[in-house]
Amino acid sequence: MDDILSLAANNLVSPIILSFALGVLAALARSDLSIPEAVAKGMSIYLLFAIGFKGGVSVADHGIDGTLGLSLLAGIILSFALPLIAFGLLQFMSKLSRLDAAAVAAHYGSISIVTFVAATSVLESSGIASEGHMVAVAAAMEAPAILSALWLVSRGSSGQRMDNDLMREILLNGSIVLLIGAFFIGWATGPAGLAEIESFIVAPFKGVLCLFLLDMGLVAGRGLREGGGVMRPGLLAFGVLMPVIGSVFGLGAGLLLGLSTGGVVLMMVLSASASYIAVPAAMRVALPEAKPSIYLTLSLGVTFPFNLTIGIPLYLAVAQFATGG
Amino acid sequence: MQTHDAKRVEITIEAVMQKRLTDAIEAADVTGYTVLPVLGGSGRSGGWSREGQISRASGMVQVICIIRPEMVDALLDAAFAVVDRHIGVVSVCDCQVLRAERF
Repeated sequence: MDDILSLAANNLVSPIILSFALGVLAALARSDLSIPEAVAKGMSIYLLFAIGFKGGVSVADHGIDGTLGLSLLAGIILSFALPLIAFGLLQFMSKLSRLDAAAVAAHYGSISIVTFVAATSVLESSGIASEGHMVAVAAAMEAPAILSALWLVSRGSSGQRMDNDLMREILLNGSIVLLIGAFFIGWATGPAGLAEIESFIVAPFKGVLCLFLLDMGLVAGRGLREGGGVMRPGLLAFGVLMPVIGSVFGLGAGLLLGLSTGGVVLMMVLSASASYIAVPAAMRVALPEAKPSIYLTLSLGVTFPFNLTIGIPLYLAVAQFATGG
Repeated sequence: MQTHDAKRVEITIEAVMQKRLTDAIEAADVTGYTVLPVLGGSGRSGGWSREGQISRASGMVQVICIIRPEMVDALLDAAFAVVDRHIGVVSVCDCQVLRAERF
C-alpha cells in the first residue's frame, strides 16, 4: 500500500501532471492562457509519430512472437465488449436516455492515446519495459467500440446509423493512420532508423508532452466549467468507476496473454481510458441527437484526469503485484 | 454598373459534416461554394469556441453558395437532407452579382 501511495505521490509531482493541473486551474480561473490550435495539432502529430515509431523499433529489436496477434485480438474484443458493460452500468447508475448512454459507452470502449502516451512515459521513467506492439493494440481499439454503441442504439430503433463514409472515416482517421504508419516505419528501419532521428523524437518527447498536457488541461478545465452542470453524482461516479472496471478486464487480458509488467499496465490503461478525439467525431455524425456536453465532459473532464493522476500509478502497482514484476 | 439577381445561401454546420454537405451540394449541380472557418458562437445547443478544440468534433464551418434564384429549391433540398438532424443554421438572402454567367 505504501508503495502505491509513494508511486502516486511521485506521479502527482511529475512535470507532466503538474502541466496538466496548470491548464485545468488556468481554465477554471478563466485565464486567457491558450495554445494556438495549429501548435496543439502539431504537438499531437509529433507525439503520435514518436510513440508509433518507438513501438515499431521495439518490435524490430525484440522480434515478433504470437502475442502480437493475440494482443490485437484481445484489444479488439475488449473494445467491442467494454461499451456493453459501460452501457449496463450507466442504465443502473444514471438516468441517461438510451441514446446518450450508448454514446457515452462508445467512449469508454475506445481509448485515449494521450493517456497511453503518458503511461508509456511513466513506464520509461520507472525503467519498466513494455511490448512495442502495444501501440498497434491501441490503434486497433479505437474503432470497434463505435460499432458496439451503434448496435446498442439500433436495437432500440430501426434507423440506419452507419454508412460506408463513416466507416472509412473511423478506420482511416488521422490518428490511426499516423500511429500505425509510424509504427511500420519504426519496424522497417529498426534501431538504426531510431539512431538517425533520436535527437528529435526521444529527447524532446517529455517536454512536448508537458506542453500538450497543458493544452489538454485547458480544454478539460473549459469543459468542466461549461459542461459541469450536466454532471450528476451518478455520472461522476461512473466516470471514476468505469475506468477501474475496464482496467480489471485489461489486467485479465494482459495476464492471460502473458505480457510483461509494462505490457499489462498498458493493456490496463487502454481498457481504462476513454476516447475524446475519434469517438466524439463519429458520434456527431452517427448520433447527432446525443449530447456532447455529457460524453465529452465525462471522458475529458472526469476520466482523463482520474487516469492521469490516480489511475496510472494504481494500474502500475496492481500490475506489479499481479505479475511479481 | 449592370448587376444581376442571385441568392446567397449560408449554411453553418458542424465541421464533421462539411464533406457530406459539399458532396450533396455538388450532387445538386451547385459547383461553386466557399467554406469558411467559424471562430465561435452560441445557440440552442450552448456556446462553443474554436479555441482549445482537440478535434473537429465540436468545431463548426460555414458553407456559402451564391446561385441563380431558380436553383435555390434544389440546393435547399439537398442541404436539408444533410443538416436535418444536426446542429446548424441555414439562411437565404437576396444578393446582386456582377457576372451572371458565372453562377
